[in-house]
Amino acid sequence: MPGIYSVYIISRSGGLIFNYDCDHNFVSSEVEKTFSYPLDVKLDYVHQKVTVTFGQRDGIRVGYALLAINGQPIGGRKLDDKDVIDDILANEDNYPINLKFGLQRLTTNEKIVLSSMFHSLYAIAALQICNKGRPIGSTGAAAGERQGFLKSSGIEIMETNNFRLNCLQTTTGVKFLIVSDLTVPANKDILLRKIYELYTDYALKNPFYSLDMPIRFVSLSL
Amino acid sequence: MSRQNAKNVDAKNKVSCDLFTLTYGSLVAQLIKDFDNTEEVNKQLDRMYGQGYNIGLRLVEDFLAKTNSGRCHDMKETADKIQSAFKMYLGVNPSVANWSAANDEFSLLIDSNPLAEYVELPDHLSQLKYSNVIPGVIRGALEMVQIEVQVWFVQDFLKGDATTELRIKFIRKLEDALPAGED
Repeated sequence: MPGIYSVYIISRSGGLIFNYDCDHNFVSSEVEKTFSYPLDVKLDYVHQKVTVTFGQRDGIRVGYALLAINGQPIGGRKLDDKDVIDDILANEDNYPINLKFGLQRLTTNEKIVLSSMFHSLYAIAALQICNKGRPIGSTGAAAGERQGFLKSSGIEIMETNNFRLNCLQTTTGVKFLIVSDLTVPANKDILLRKIYELYTDYALKNPFYSLDMPIRFVSLSL
Repeated sequence: MSRQNAKNVDAKNKVSCDLFTLTYGSLVAQLIKDFDNTEEVNKQLDRMYGQGYNIGLRLVEDFLAKTNSGRCHDMKETADKIQSAFKMYLGVNPSVANWSAANDEFSLLIDSNPLAEYVELPDHLSQLKYSNVIPGVIRGALEMVQIEVQVWFVQDFLKGDATTELRIKFIRKLEDALPAGED
């Protein structure tokens, strides 16, 4: 589906129970380049990744992580027992050197952390009260109720400069999240409800699925 | 419980009722074999960890997703929704009656109970609450939307009563379990 990056389902207690990334909608940010000594990009070890912190050039941007050295992929700051920053990149004998940079996708752990964080933010938003807003409830939030103070729902839409997050919380408390591009229509109600229906049909009607546990699936094409 | 869109909720009954009735019959028969005493079978069909309750926990999501209905704020609304759920899942249209003075207790009168079709209770099973799965389902489903109720059979067609009457009593709202942003 165009413009959709990811779908998340968060359980009643704030745990991530399902995540799907539309891989074909992610554009690769990887840049590969050969450097000579001394290295003119400033690298630091941030969040367990060797990251560009200063010296933006040739499409290599601040925040990009070092993904590979001479074609050899690295994770963390060690390569063949040598420290990437102190031993390899600081040593003139290793140059010219080919480095690959790029933004790294979220790991499963990071997604779990972010999901529970969103769960709390949603609850914080719901603490706000307001006396104007759209009437809630299907059975006539009558005129009397609209004049008084209304308690807010949680976060329904969240926008940044390059993506939008839509959230549907069901009456039982399960949250469905869609992360999408700003170029596609903002209203995701129908899609969210459709995903809710799929969840009830294919996750809950599976007798081997226990409630509030991660949903395992074999294949799904959105 | 076949796939359907919110639009054609009423156009139910894609699966033959008989298949459902007979499958339920074999479930009850098996439970009677597994547990010697009738009381235990009743519990299995209804109780906390029994069949009905667990079905209710899951079925409520299906109902909410397909009918797009919101939270209930009083028992009358709840009664309406239970009524439409019966129509949706069992193809019967029970009537709501006998409200208590405090509006927290009502009866569902079911003319024909699809679970109990083709069923006659033998004498030694007179204590068996054959359709006890239904109270369990209702309890489980309402608990997921943070309403605690008590549900029991007052009259049962199988026991020689004129009709099947299900009594539903509101106990309390489960405030602790209420999700944020829902009132």
